[in-house]
Amino acid sequence: MDIQNYKGVMVLGEQKDGHIRPVTFELLNRGRDLADKLGVELSCSILGNEIEDLTEIIYRGADKVFHVAGPALAGFLPGPYARALVRLVQEERPEIFIAAATTTGRTVMPLVAAGLKTGLTADCTLLDIDDKEKILLQTRPAIGGNIMATIKTPFTRPQMATVRPRSARPAHRDESRTGLISVKNYGDSPVSAVERFLAYVPDATQEVSIEDADIIVAGGKGLKTRDGFKLVEELARLLGAGVGASRDVVDLGWASYPHQIGLSGKTVSPKLYIAVGISGKVQHLAGMQTSETIVAINRDPEAQIFQVADFGIVGDAFEVLPELMGALKNAPGRRLREGSEDNAL
Amino acid sequence: MRIAVLIKQVPGTDNVKMDPETGVMIRTNKGNIINPLDENALEEALRIKRSREDVQVLAVSMGPESAMKAIKEAVAMGADGGVLLSGRAFAGSDTIATARALAAAISKLGDVNLVLCGERATDGETGQTGPMIAATLGIPVQTYVQRLEVADDAVKVERVVEGGFEQVKVQLPALITVVKGINEPGFPTLTGKVRARDAVVPVWGADDLGLSPEELGLKGSPTRVVKIFSPKLSRSTLLHRQDNTGRAVNELLKFLADRDIV
Ligand SMILES: Cc1cc2nc3c(=O)[nH]c(=O)nc-3n(C[C@H](O)[C@H](O)[C@H](O)COP(=O)(O)OP(=O)(O)OC[C@H]3O[C@@H](n4cnc5c(N)ncnc54)[C@H](O)[C@@H]3O)c2cc1C
Ligand SMILES: Nc1ncnc2c1ncn2[C@@H]1O[C@H](COP(=O)(O)O)[C@@H](O)[C@H]1O
Repeated sequence: MDIQNYKGVMVLGEQKDGHIRPVTFELLNRGRDLADKLGVELSCSILGNEIEDLTEIIYRGADKVFHVAGPALAGFLPGPYARALVRLVQEERPEIFIAAATTTGRTVMPLVAAGLKTGLTADCTLLDIDDKEKILLQTRPAIGGNIMATIKTPFTRPQMATVRPRSARPAHRDESRTGLISVKNYGDSPVSAVERFLAYVPDATQEVSIEDADIIVAGGKGLKTRDGFKLVEELARLLGAGVGASRDVVDLGWASYPHQIGLSGKTVSPKLYIAVGISGKVQHLAGMQTSETIVAINRDPEAQIFQVADFGIVGDAFEVLPELMGALKNAPGRRLREGSEDNAL
Repeated sequence: MRIAVLIKQVPGTDNVKMDPETGVMIRTNKGNIINPLDENALEEALRIKRSREDVQVLAVSMGPESAMKAIKEAVAMGADGGVLLSGRAFAGSDTIATARALAAAISKLGDVNLVLCGERATDGETGQTGPMIAATLGIPVQTYVQRLEVADDAVKVERVVEGGFEQVKVQLPALITVVKGINEPGFPTLTGKVRARDAVVPVWGADDLGLSPEELGLKGSPTRVVKIFSPKLSRSTLLHRQDNTGRAVNELLKFLADRDIV
């Protein structure tokens, strides 16, 4: 592999039902930064049948957009997506190719990396360029966030990584930017006979998806009962937040598995994580300690959760939460969720 | 039907160290466990075995000699047997090299219809190995699976994605990675423990897999760990005690407003 033949930074955009997913703009921000440091072009690949408003990707920092279209690419299927991306990368030869560490990115990127026989670093929180070698430095938390590891891909191209959602701000929008949009029609790639998409079933309890939420309100066994846990759901609704849970809560059936945060659940890093009645065992911390701001409410002043919290209230959740919700409802000008009954304030 | 379950032996969560020089994980034999999500993968295989006549479940692991314990444990829980990939050539492998070795082992076992993995391991936490094995074998993959229905030639799955679930059907042979919600892992049985004690588990090296040392270990790995450091989690906690004056909540709201959050 002659690595000199690879130039430019490519990010993998995501769409759902033809709409660009916001995580794309976070990647564009990262990608622009890397491309500027290298003095190269930034491109964005996005797969799907019909996608609205591809110029938005240009406004957000891309120099080129590759819209890979084809009937097999309407919904996410790992095989057809990976085959299209391998072909695109072989045609365009970016030196760096990054995607979001979403369920899509974390599934398709390993297939692409294996197909191209190059390296892949999962779930990075920091990307940078080595000044001397001009190569990508990929930094990720390891072992439950207890250490950070910096990894590079010296001999093969592209250098590939998935990036943890919400670890960067969305790219600034600039309507004066111009760029090239090209459609790659890999129409000859047939609808796969071995993989068939049947249905997407939205989860009513994840009305605000945990992965996309700016705020997560998470509850633990300290809420005592299923009814007690409803207080957490109520506060989440008021803040337009996603609902998280400790493993014990999921095991008790107060919340379903997709809400579990931690070592054997999801890893999240929202702007604000509010932990209520959660003790903060290492396995739980592993899934949330990189959140931007952490607030903990716990009766026990010695609870471990306070060690990672920015703000803690030592007290009974059944007193603190109603008081907090009361104060939020009465506070004028607070940014409450659109459509909530209190929005008129 | 033959099901291969990939189990990784990982350090119990409280005892992992990294060599700051090489960035390689230092493992001690004490306190190692089967990666928790791999127990779910194993349980799913055993569930399928209980529901059909013709199922053979094999546990496959790559790791030091001590990983034999993980395979024996899988047999004690109900697996029919297994194989361990071990030897100096494998040491230092990244996910690509690991996937190459495990894929070769699955090919060598022959006639594997279904490969089950955990969604991710608690030490590497990449979740990459499974899909990379599927790509190497050229079989379809589904990830984040919380429900699985297997028929003779296909499997229907429900995967957990952002905001909901996807239902997908893939043809066998296929590789599936599972999440914790899929089942409740069982325990070793007494007869299982006896079988495990007597079980002969082959150990395969690079030669047995027909792989050259260049394709494995550090040489076969495109990535390099260049630095290990402690994250700066410099959180200085403001702690307030709840009383009946409403002060703690007010301070919280002020704090959040200062940070421009709520
Ligand atoms: C291999 C493995 C994987 C695991 N994976 C995960 C994982 O992914 N996610 C996870 O969360 N856990 C995981 N765990 C479990 C973890 O170790 C803890 O058992 C779990 O997180 C504890 O949940 P909890 O904080 O809700 O309950 P507890 O530890 O019981 O804590 C309850 C807390 O509530 C407080 N409290 C009680 N009453 C009140 C009240 N009225 N008001 C306010 N506070 C109150 C108590 O002081 C206490 O701190 C895992 C464990 C293992 C071994
Ligand atoms: N050394 C290994 N031996 C057996 N299975 C493995 C090994 N490494 C990874 N796996 C499988 O791949 C899954 C994901 O691991 P990882 O990519 O390390 O997060 C695990 O849950 C295992 O099922």
